[in-house]
Amino acid sequence: MRGATHAKWVACAAAAALTATACGSGGSDSGSGSGDGGAVLSSSWGDPQNPLEPANTNEVQGGKVLDMIFRSLKRYNPETGAAEDMLAEKIDTSDSQNFTITVKDGWTFSNGEKVTAKSFVDAWNYGASLKNNQKNAYFFEYIDGYAATHPAEGGKQTADTLSGLKVVNDKTFTVKLTQKFSTFPDTLGYPAFAPLPQSFFSDHAGWLKKPVGNGPYTIASYTKGSQMELKKWADYPGEDKAQNGGVTLKVYTDNNTAYTDLMAGNLDLVDDVPAAQLKNVKADLGDRYLNTPAGIIQTLAFPFYDKKWNTTGSEKVRTGLSRAIDREQITDTIFQKTRTPATDWTSPVLGAEGGFKEGLCGDACDYDPAAAKKLIKEGGGLPGGQVKISYNADTGSHKQWVDAVCNSINNALDNDKACVGNPVGTFADFRNQITDRKMSGPFRAGWQMDYPLIQNFLQPLYYTNASSNDGKWSNKDFDTLVNQANAETDTAKAVETFQKAEEVVRDNMAAIPLWYQNGSAGYSERLSNVKLNPFSVPVYNEIKVS
Amino acid sequence: MGRYVIRRLLQMIPVFIGATLLIFLMVNVMGDPIAGLCGDRQCDPATATQLKKEFGLDKPVWQQYLTYMGNVFTGDFGTAFNGQPVTELMSTAFPVTIRLTVVAIVFEIVIGITLGVVTGLRRGRPVDTGVLLLTLVVISVPTFVTGLLLQLLLGVEWGWIKPSVSSDAEFGELIVPGLVLASVSLAYVTRLTRTSIAENKRSDYVRTAIAKGLPRRRVVTRHLLRNSLIPVVTFIGTDIGALMGGAIVTERIFNIHGVGFQLYQGILRQNTQTVVGFVTVLVLVFLVANLLVDLLYAVLDPRIRYA
Repeated sequence: MRGATHAKWVACAAAAALTATACGSGGSDSGSGSGDGGAVLSSSWGDPQNPLEPANTNEVQGGKVLDMIFRSLKRYNPETGAAEDMLAEKIDTSDSQNFTITVKDGWTFSNGEKVTAKSFVDAWNYGASLKNNQKNAYFFEYIDGYAATHPAEGGKQTADTLSGLKVVNDKTFTVKLTQKFSTFPDTLGYPAFAPLPQSFFSDHAGWLKKPVGNGPYTIASYTKGSQMELKKWADYPGEDKAQNGGVTLKVYTDNNTAYTDLMAGNLDLVDDVPAAQLKNVKADLGDRYLNTPAGIIQTLAFPFYDKKWNTTGSEKVRTGLSRAIDREQITDTIFQKTRTPATDWTSPVLGAEGGFKEGLCGDACDYDPAAAKKLIKEGGGLPGGQVKISYNADTGSHKQWVDAVCNSINNALDNDKACVGNPVGTFADFRNQITDRKMSGPFRAGWQMDYPLIQNFLQPLYYTNASSNDGKWSNKDFDTLVNQANAETDTAKAVETFQKAEEVVRDNMAAIPLWYQNGSAGYSERLSNVKLNPFSVPVYNEIKVS
Repeated sequence: MGRYVIRRLLQMIPVFIGATLLIFLMVNVMGDPIAGLCGDRQCDPATATQLKKEFGLDKPVWQQYLTYMGNVFTGDFGTAFNGQPVTELMSTAFPVTIRLTVVAIVFEIVIGITLGVVTGLRRGRPVDTGVLLLTLVVISVPTFVTGLLLQLLLGVEWGWIKPSVSSDAEFGELIVPGLVLASVSLAYVTRLTRTSIAENKRSDYVRTAIAKGLPRRRVVTRHLLRNSLIPVVTFIGTDIGALMGGAIVTERIFNIHGVGFQLYQGILRQNTQTVVGFVTVLVLVFLVANLLVDLLYAVLDPRIRYA
């Protein structure tokens, strides 16, 4: 009898405790719910990997914040991806190598300081200088004097500032590049080129605790690793003012939890719908689920430093492999149509004018088992009789799709040992093996564009010794065409020449294009006018909260 | 007693050194931590070299270990890749996890021991069978299933709690995660107590106590329980460390930014300083918890005192 009463008491206590939490947590979240433009929305976030400096942020999570608190010379149109003037009044050049940049009047940082030509030059010098360890330093590599501020490995830094940058007056500065680069102005929308206020240099630690920029939002509070509160900056001089009162970014380790929070009404916006939920997301959210193209392409790269993959005729083997992959089926079943089969090496977000050419890959990307078999046979068969596709197994759903790709290849070749996956434990180790040139077969290569230009999908990846040419592919024709394209002053012609270069990539099958990735997001009923920009980041300033 | 404590403290030194060295080696064997820092592209070699130098990764591993341990004794756990000192990460993560652990331990003690006593005293009755079945279910279902299920039911379907814990992580919010974290251990505590009580119920001293005419409550709490708790205390003591380290799953499900969260991020980003720092502290927690258990023995059973 006594035991029974004990049990009852415990159960009651637990229930009471539960309801107490429920009561306690009720009204704390959306304090300022009413009134247009004043309401704050909450959004899922990931812990940025690096300190939040413009030239040091190379992943989406940190980039998200920079996009909210900074405006640069150019801005990529959230819908079309076109680079449009923001702080730039004009960018003049007569030879595609020397540029004169004029900054618009009336812009200030949120601490009141004026944005001048010096704000840009100082920021760029800081970003390029080796001693500041900025991971995006290579963005400044085309500017004259980069080699002195950022010597190659082992070299000594001989200058702190780029000799190619000159402040003419408060509004104007000049940029001298080391080579012709016609699309250079269009790269200036990238966060690494953002201007910095003096407080960044005078009180660096303080600035990092609470970054100050010139964008539509200001940072109200920042608790590293857990949450950042951004408030609308009322005096923001730009035209793209925030349509809401602010955004609270909450760090989630697991996007499943974020999604659950969204379902429970505890979160307004999730910008990464977990793969496991893709099946239910339409039923759960209906119209409040976004699935739009992003500037991300997945490819399979090859180790061209390995003789087996670099023989004459091996391009036939690579093309054969490409034809043995049933992209349509894999994107449908594994990715629930959140990826689109690739038919070129760029991304649909560029648009036809920007250089995307649907079907440029042609037959080589069509699934055809018979042709695949024939090509691989003609090319001398698979090196070593088997391909191993390497990938990192710690994040994303790489295992699933690599297994599916292998399945498809095995089926097409009627050989269940033709292809196997080769998981690598951590991303760091995976990168390590790539950098040390230890890959012996194809490996996963993803590319997220820095700026929506066809140049960005080709040059860093396939130009001889380029920064992200992980396969160490090298081709004279391709290099010549890229140089020509860069020297072209007419954009349309430049794009055309880049596409010719892309055809060289195709004919050699330097990398097998797999699919374009979409950005996905889900949001609560409170929000409207939610969209994703070509970088798959929500356009926060346009979101309306009711 | 004093000599016993000193001997125990001295024993901790080799364990501590061994454990940290192992972790240090394991993290370092995984490859170059800088390689993953630049995303899907190669780090610029010059910057990578510079970063390695800054984090001391260019030196041989044994030298890194010595420098590291030297720094640890002065309270310097190094800097995480995001520029924050590891001690700062600890100062935000440990309070949260300690709170979570306290909630879990309280559940273990209160519910576990109560259920254990109740069932132990009524062996074979329906209450006993019922609780035994229940503990069997709890033990056989993995924590992440219990966690996700409770989160879905209480958080989304019924709306009693928030599915995730806010960054303040107050005690109230941690009740459900604490219960989930405690669930398996709680079932073990129940079973341990039950067996122990059932065994000692028939012992001579209990019979004597009853024969003396002591009230039942006093027999149970002073005589029966005190002697039956020794295995339970051992279990709960060693469980403190296990709960703190094992909170990785629970913390992830409920988005609690504690030790599990930091460790998970650290491992994913191969951040040597974070991983080694947190594990070092966890090793210390384990050791101290074990020491406390040994000392508690002496309190519960004077016969063990000078062992």
